[in-house]
Amino acid sequence: MSDPLAIFDLLLAVAIVALALATLSVRDLFAAIVLFVVFGLLSALAWVRLSAPDVALAEAAIGTGVTGALLLKTLHHLRHVTGTPERAAMRGMTPGAPVPMPVIWANAAFCGLIALGLAVAFLGAPAAGPGFDALVAEAMPRSGVEHPVTAVLLNFRAYDTLMEVVVLLAAVIAVWQIERGLSEAPAPVLGEVFEGFARLTLPAIVVLGTYLLWKGAEAPGGAFQGGAVLAAVGLLLLLARLYVPQPSHRPLARWAFVLGTGAFAAVALLVTGGGRVAFEYPAEHAKTLILLIEGVVTISIAVTLAALFHGREPVAMAPGEAPAASRSGEARDAG
Amino acid sequence: MPADLSPHLIYGPTGIAVFIIGLVGALCAQDRLRRVLALKLCSVGAGFLLITAAWREPPAAPDPVPHALVITGIVVMISATAVALALIRRLKSLEAEADTPQDTPEASHDA
Repeated sequence: MSDPLAIFDLLLAVAIVALALATLSVRDLFAAIVLFVVFGLLSALAWVRLSAPDVALAEAAIGTGVTGALLLKTLHHLRHVTGTPERAAMRGMTPGAPVPMPVIWANAAFCGLIALGLAVAFLGAPAAGPGFDALVAEAMPRSGVEHPVTAVLLNFRAYDTLMEVVVLLAAVIAVWQIERGLSEAPAPVLGEVFEGFARLTLPAIVVLGTYLLWKGAEAPGGAFQGGAVLAAVGLLLLLARLYVPQPSHRPLARWAFVLGTGAFAAVALLVTGGGRVAFEYPAEHAKTLILLIEGVVTISIAVTLAALFHGREPVAMAPGEAPAASRSGEARDAG
Repeated sequence: MPADLSPHLIYGPTGIAVFIIGLVGALCAQDRLRRVLALKLCSVGAGFLLITAAWREPPAAPDPVPHALVITGIVVMISATAVALALIRRLKSLEAEADTPQDTPEASHDA
C-alpha cells in the first residue's frame, strides 16, 4: 500500500465520520440532508477504495441520490404543511418534555456495548478470512456472466434478488396506500437553469443508465444501478413538469411495478423441469435469461423509484372523497 | 499482508463509528426526519463493515457475496425509507389538520 493513498484513506475516513456527526447535529434539516448527501457520496468513494465499485455505484445512485431526493421532497412537504409563521414555531416537532437523564445514560451504555461488541468482532475476525471467493470462482464458468457480483445477484443468490424486487413493490403499494387522499404540497418553482439542465442531461442519463445495465454482465454495473440512473430521468421529468401523472396512467404504472417481479419469477419457474430446480438456468441460455431478467427488472426499478419519489397515487379526487385539508382549489395537478 | 495502514484497517473502524453515530441518533433524535437519517447512517455503517470484510489484498479480487448483500441492503433500505417518509408526511398532515380543522395555508399553484 503506497503512502499517498493511505493518507487519502485516512482523510476520507475522518471526513466521513465528521459528516455523519454533522448530519445529526446540525440544526437546520435542509443542511442535514445536504450533509447526508455529501456523506453518502464520500462513502461511495471509500467503497471504490475498498474495490467495491458495484456497491459504490448503487450507494451513489440509490442510497444517496434517490434517497436525498425523497428526503428533500418530504422536507418540502413538511414545511408546506407548517408553512405559516405561527405554525413555523411548532416545526421543531413537538419538543415535549426533555428526555430524562437515566434514559440518556441507558441509551449511551447500550450504544457503547454495541460499539464494544463490533470492535471485538472486527479485531477478532480473520483478515482476508475464508469467504465465498473460492466457491464463486469455481462456479463462475457456469453462471453465464463474467462479472462475479452480477453472477451472485442474478444467479447464485437470485432468490434474494427476487425478494428484493418484491420489497420494492411492497414499498410502492404501501406508499400509495399511506398517501391516499393526501393533499400535495405545491411543486417548487424551478428556474430556467433547471430546465436547461434537464434538457441537456436527460439524453445523457438515458444513455448512461442503459450502458450501466448492459455493462453489468462483465463489469461493475447492472440492473439496480442502471434502474436508479433511469429513475433520475423520471425525477427530472416530474420536477420539470414535463410529465404530470394522470389518473388514467395508473394501470400502466401498476403493470410497470409488477413487470420485474413477474418476469423474474416466471423465468425462475419456467427453467424448472428436466432435473433442474427453480432459478437453475440451463447453462447455454444463462446469459440470455440473465440479461432478459435484468432488462425487465431495470424498467420496474426505474418506474418504482420514480413513483416512490412522486409519492401520492395520481387519483382524481371526487368532491366527497377529498379530505377536509385539501379543498377543491388546492394544489391538484391532475386535470 | 503489510502491517501498515491498509484500507481495511482504516475503513473498518470508520464503519463502526458511523454505525454507532447512527444508532445514537436513532435513539436520541427528537425529529422524525432526523431519525430516518440516523437509521440510514446505520445502514451505511453496516455496509462499510461488510465491504471491509470482503476486501482482499489487491492482486486478489474481493469476495463478491458481501457486495451483493450490500446492494440488496441498499435497495431494501430505500424501500423502507420511502415508506417511513410517506408515514411522516401523512402524520404531519394529520397533526396540522387536527390543529386547525378549517384553516389550511392557501396553496398557490400553477396547474
